[in-house]
Amino acid sequence: MELIKVDNIVKTYHLGNSDVQVLKGVSLRILPGEMVALMGASGSGKTTLMNILGCLDRPTSGQYLFDGQEISRMSVNKRAMVRNGKIGFVFQNFNLLARTSALENVLLPTTYAEDGLSAGKHRQRAMELLDQVGLGDRMDHEPSQLSGGQQQRVAIARALVNNPRLLLADEPTGNLDSHTSEEVLRMFQQLNAQKGITILLVTHDATVAGHSTRIIHIRDGLIADGNPQVQTVVAKPQML
Amino acid sequence: MLKIATTLKTALRALRRNPLRSTLTTLGIIIGIAAVIAMVQIGEGSSAAIKKTIADMGANELIILPGQAASSGVSFGEGSSVTLTSADASAIERECPSVSSVAPVVNGRMQVVRGSLNWVPQFLVGTTPTYLKIRNWSLAEGRAFGTEEVDGANQVCILGATDVKELFPSGKPLDKTILVNHVPLRVIGVLSQKGANMMGMDQDDIIVMPWTTMKYRVSGTALQNQNQSAAGTASTFSTDQLYPETSQNLYPVPSATQQQDFPQPVSFPNVNAILVSVSSGAEIPQATAEVVALLRQRHHLRRGQPNDFNIRNMTEISNALGHTSQLMTNLLTGVALISLMVGGVGIMNIMLVSVTERTREIGLRMAIGARPADILSQFILEAIVLCLFGGALGILFGQGLSSAVKVALHWPIELSVPAMVASVVVSVVVGLIFGYYPAWKASRLDPIEALRYE
Repeated sequence: MELIKVDNIVKTYHLGNSDVQVLKGVSLRILPGEMVALMGASGSGKTTLMNILGCLDRPTSGQYLFDGQEISRMSVNKRAMVRNGKIGFVFQNFNLLARTSALENVLLPTTYAEDGLSAGKHRQRAMELLDQVGLGDRMDHEPSQLSGGQQQRVAIARALVNNPRLLLADEPTGNLDSHTSEEVLRMFQQLNAQKGITILLVTHDATVAGHSTRIIHIRDGLIADGNPQVQTVVAKPQML
Repeated sequence: MLKIATTLKTALRALRRNPLRSTLTTLGIIIGIAAVIAMVQIGEGSSAAIKKTIADMGANELIILPGQAASSGVSFGEGSSVTLTSADASAIERECPSVSSVAPVVNGRMQVVRGSLNWVPQFLVGTTPTYLKIRNWSLAEGRAFGTEEVDGANQVCILGATDVKELFPSGKPLDKTILVNHVPLRVIGVLSQKGANMMGMDQDDIIVMPWTTMKYRVSGTALQNQNQSAAGTASTFSTDQLYPETSQNLYPVPSATQQQDFPQPVSFPNVNAILVSVSSGAEIPQATAEVVALLRQRHHLRRGQPNDFNIRNMTEISNALGHTSQLMTNLLTGVALISLMVGGVGIMNIMLVSVTERTREIGLRMAIGARPADILSQFILEAIVLCLFGGALGILFGQGLSSAVKVALHWPIELSVPAMVASVVVSVVVGLIFGYYPAWKASRLDPIEALRYE
């Protein structure tokens, strides 16, 4: 079954008296275990689509099934629970809490988790994840004491702490130099290959998109190409 | 419960991230609570001092007077009947739980002579040692008379300051003898100065002696000059026992027939008044009821029969006292509310700034699964924690302030636990009220907008 099943989604914004249609009927499928890049220039509706896919926003019309759940008619609180338990977010500007240790930052999503695990279990998992992203010795460091690449790795650990089905990365390398970008992207590929985590990379950079197994282009609120409808065979991610 | 604990932890962590600002934010609350605590403590201290002063004037006293006698429709006025005895006084002390002490009073107005000087004191009082306690009156020198001296009708007395001045212009009255109505009394003590009472009468113009001395030796008659109906009541009661050999032959002993023809009015061990002190003004009605019940029983009054005594209290004074302290409390509450309002507005202001400043954080929290209710409770809890923290510091500062005032200015202060409890409660309420709007604003943010906020 598809992890993401979007059918004919329309999103209209009201600006003053005029309505602006940002998404004009988007349909796409993403299977579990895929690593998909969503590409498009600014103004193409890429961010809007990402917000809807990330359950932050609701479409004006159309249907969005995430992991078998209908999101488009869900209440604010229910969507918050879906985001907390099933989606991990990685942002361009990291969005770590200042003056807060790396470990506490990673633990942040567990504050709102309703998985019934103890604080100790959460803590243990956060430490394991920081170890995995190579920051096991910097758990007590605050964001200001970490480099950009390290901060983004803390953010990735934070995104993974609640065992999400989907990792949603919005321009994850936008604030990083090419070398650290490469590191971070390789980490995504590893997570995808070894743990089978579904990853959606939102970017305008073809080099970044090239690290994924499939690319979906969006232009003027419509899917331009990329065979978005049905992907029966998932290509093996290219290991570097 | 667990949810609240985690939210509280989150709130505390957020506050710890900016300790200087958190402290400055609470400054308004700290100052407000400190001012309230200091003022309440100083206020209660002065209130207690005022209460004590008014109690000195007799606010907590009851005065029991004998009832009025009447003959052929002519009433002789209050105190004209002979109904109160010293036994009544002891019974009241024994049997009325609301009463703290009791003193019978026998008074009169007579000339006092010492050498070539003479004087008529305003108050010539025969009583028991408790009288001084009830009237909160201390001795400047010498000693008070004891219970044995009352039982023995000893010829001793205590002088008020005015009488010392009139009778002993050179001072040193102790152990000297004065003549009261030709009866020699030894001065054993001098009262401290008290000044005029509310009616402008000089309270220091007083001579106090055992009531037995006053009744059986000095005045020699029972209410002779007051009770017209009992005029001519001769004192035959106790001088016989006290001076058995001298009084025997003064008059011929009446025969049985003579006694029947001219019955001698009996001299009662009656007193002019009974002074009763109650531990606090609030207990006056209770004490009054107890005394009335007891005296009616002792005087064998039937249901429906009027009381043969009257009870007076200083209602006016105790009402004034009540109004004064009420006014004081209201004033302080008003000041407290204003200062806490100011503090609360400060909290709201900073919380609003904080919400704006932390828009990105709020967006992030929402993106990773915080519900609006979580954000709301986090910010409200932050405000409450800030206020509680401010309240605690405020209590400490207020305590320090009032102690400093006590040390520096010697003002009386009184530790007020209710004020502290109220401060804590008020802090929480202020945090809740003034933290709500910023928190509500935070919870209404759109995560997408908030995450993009620069």
